[in-house]
Amino acid sequence: MTISIDSQKTNNESLQPKGWLRYFSFSLDHKVIGIQYLVCGFLFYLIGGTLASAIRIELASPMSDFMPRDVYNQVLTLHGTIMIFLWIVPVVNGAFGNYLIPFYVGARDMAFPRLNAVAFWLIPPSGLMLVASYFVEGAAQAGWTAYPPLSITTPQSGQIIWILSVLLLGGSSIFGGINFIATIIKLRRPGLKLMQLPMYCWAMLGTSILVVLSTPVLAGTLILLSFDIIAKTGFFNPVLGGNVVVYQHLFWFYSHPAVYIMVLPAFGLVSEILPVHARKPLFGYTTMVFSIMGIVVLGLVVWAHHMFTSGTPPWMRLFFTIATAFIAVPTGIKFFNWVATLWGGKISINSAMLFSCGFIINFVFGGITGVALAQVPFDIHVHDTYFVVAHFHYIVYGGTVFIIFSSIYHWFPKVTGKMLNEKLGILHFIITFIGFNLCFAPQHWLGLNGMPRRVAEYDPQFQFVNQISSIGALLMAISTIPFLINIFISMRNGQVSGDNPWNALTPEWLTSSPPPVENWEGEAPLVEEPYGYGKQFYEQN
Amino acid sequence: MLNKNIYLILIISLVFAISFWIGFNVNLLPAEASINAPIYDELFKILFIIGLIIFIGMTIAVIYSLFKFRKRNDQIGDGIALEGNLSLEIVWTIIPSIIVLLIGLYSYNIYDRMGGMKELNHNHELMNSNPEKIWAGISQTSDNEIAINNLSIEVSAMQFAFLFNYPKGNFISGELHVPVDQKVSMRMESKDVIHAFWVPEFRIKQDIIPGQPTILNFTPTKVGKYPIICAELCGPYHGGMRASIIVEEESDYNEWFNKNKKTEVNL
Repeated sequence: MTISIDSQKTNNESLQPKGWLRYFSFSLDHKVIGIQYLVCGFLFYLIGGTLASAIRIELASPMSDFMPRDVYNQVLTLHGTIMIFLWIVPVVNGAFGNYLIPFYVGARDMAFPRLNAVAFWLIPPSGLMLVASYFVEGAAQAGWTAYPPLSITTPQSGQIIWILSVLLLGGSSIFGGINFIATIIKLRRPGLKLMQLPMYCWAMLGTSILVVLSTPVLAGTLILLSFDIIAKTGFFNPVLGGNVVVYQHLFWFYSHPAVYIMVLPAFGLVSEILPVHARKPLFGYTTMVFSIMGIVVLGLVVWAHHMFTSGTPPWMRLFFTIATAFIAVPTGIKFFNWVATLWGGKISINSAMLFSCGFIINFVFGGITGVALAQVPFDIHVHDTYFVVAHFHYIVYGGTVFIIFSSIYHWFPKVTGKMLNEKLGILHFIITFIGFNLCFAPQHWLGLNGMPRRVAEYDPQFQFVNQISSIGALLMAISTIPFLINIFISMRNGQVSGDNPWNALTPEWLTSSPPPVENWEGEAPLVEEPYGYGKQFYEQN
Repeated sequence: MLNKNIYLILIISLVFAISFWIGFNVNLLPAEASINAPIYDELFKILFIIGLIIFIGMTIAVIYSLFKFRKRNDQIGDGIALEGNLSLEIVWTIIPSIIVLLIGLYSYNIYDRMGGMKELNHNHELMNSNPEKIWAGISQTSDNEIAINNLSIEVSAMQFAFLFNYPKGNFISGELHVPVDQKVSMRMESKDVIHAFWVPEFRIKQDIIPGQPTILNFTPTKVGKYPIICAELCGPYHGGMRASIIVEEESDYNEWFNKNKKTEVNL
């Protein structure tokens, strides 16, 4: 048996292209797939960011004058869909998950390498299809939530392509989720206990459970919606006796957990980054694990807080208020633990650390507005306004995207063997942090004072604040320039990092940088204390 | 040690003082023009102050750590090997739980005062004895407190306009006129896609859903003209889907009403 596997393996290896070409191949190497996810996601981030710029240009003046109104709705629909399904979800799950999880469990690859490659290769075609739908009859224009009856009555080809694309991306997500669960549970190196795993494994385990439980519901819902559009059935079409609120329940049953699918992996990543650069063990490992699982359980029973002004009876509004507000408790524990991790450390202030601290500050802000939004009476006024837009950008951009950048600064030497330039990195952080807060903080005021979301035109009294927000967006666009320059220059001429430039203790650093094809030359090391900073130092001396 | 504690207490009280000062002196909300608005603003103020305390506190903790515990050039090695502190972790589990619970109870109280927990029904005189199913909304009246001069208005929303039907006067208006300080009860239904009825100055919003009537009751308290804004994406002209609500003295309202009133036409 061993012999046949070995011969198959070498056979596969000889078929795999070498060098940069492997990134364009159906590679089965988890590290190659991880980078494929990351680069593909980043390209879509640039597309989604361009769409965001178009939105902010339109909103720099109160009139609808930059693009036609229906195109504006297509732009905001594509912006939301691309950023969620093609940038954040694939990158925090697919990219970092694939690259890191096999290292963390001490495996040579993911449990199902072929499924893994399939999951990635579903993404580029569905993404391109989504973008291309603009040129058919116009892209979908019912928002990323695609609420019927609007999604049934707008031009059909765009909406159908949108559904197809999201179904494929959901499929990719489910394949990935199953793969992560199998890898973390079954592929652990002998001797490695669950409670010794780095925190990112726990985050990915929780996330994958959410993916596997909730994504099929979205798939089913979208299939029913496509029946309504193509076959003129009446599941959600009120003219035929359908119920539009049922769609909202089903949609948010996935799409609220989707928020945790976007932030839980980021919670895991920041738990890896902070201890390394603060030179301290992760504070409260056990409570961190339980709070992740607490978020997973609570995250499944809060969806109706997206529907407080919709067709929900009073008791339901109340139940979902309490459930939602309680998510603040496990989330709060994590933030207190991260600050406690910093406390008393020997902190290297570098780009990775700054982006992580920026994440803490932004996310705390977004979390506070989140607890406020969970309260029915509060939400009734600001629901579907720019207050909500500001809130969720604080969570997904100020939170997750900051961590994606932090992670790139942290793991770039692992992947390439070169260091990123710190001066450009800190410049990138400063521009991003200022631009982000300038763009989104004023939007809270806009929402409270009467500007609804998803509008191409607005009351002229809001013009000045909207222009401040647009300047912030411009800074965010500019901030990608030092980042891209840094990546390209460092890839070629960066300072050689050595195998473990941060003196980190997590397993991925205990091999060469970049790692060999099967991760370790010999047997995988047994890392019982991935956060044993301080202890190790005393042992050595 | 004593010295340290004094600094800590000083900083915490400063954070509280700043948060309370901002909470009471910075107004982020539009004018208050319904009986719901001051109730809402009370909740907002409390949440704003608690939020500020937490946000400023956490930000100071992060920036202080970055500054105080930064690695100096001559330092080698790691920080202290502190892996956790059970009592501290219990404290920061229980205190947020209590805060969240109190906020939840308080917002229940606010919601109740806004009329959110009342049984939903529309005091429509023309309605037959068989009550229709109302799916959602905010009601300030229940069966036993129907005011005689209660205003019943039928709202229908469509791409991209609101129409206000005054059954008592048998006419339809594009502007919503209501007398000040009187309870208004609206039954809302959409003709095509989902819309929402939002008046920022009243702090109320309710979706208008095709096939599912919803209700919204409110009592305006301030004479003036306020925007009615559609808050649910409803198509290309969603941003332009606005109407006005004109709150006026009762005499002005009656004059307007009588001018528009149509006499019954027998068909």
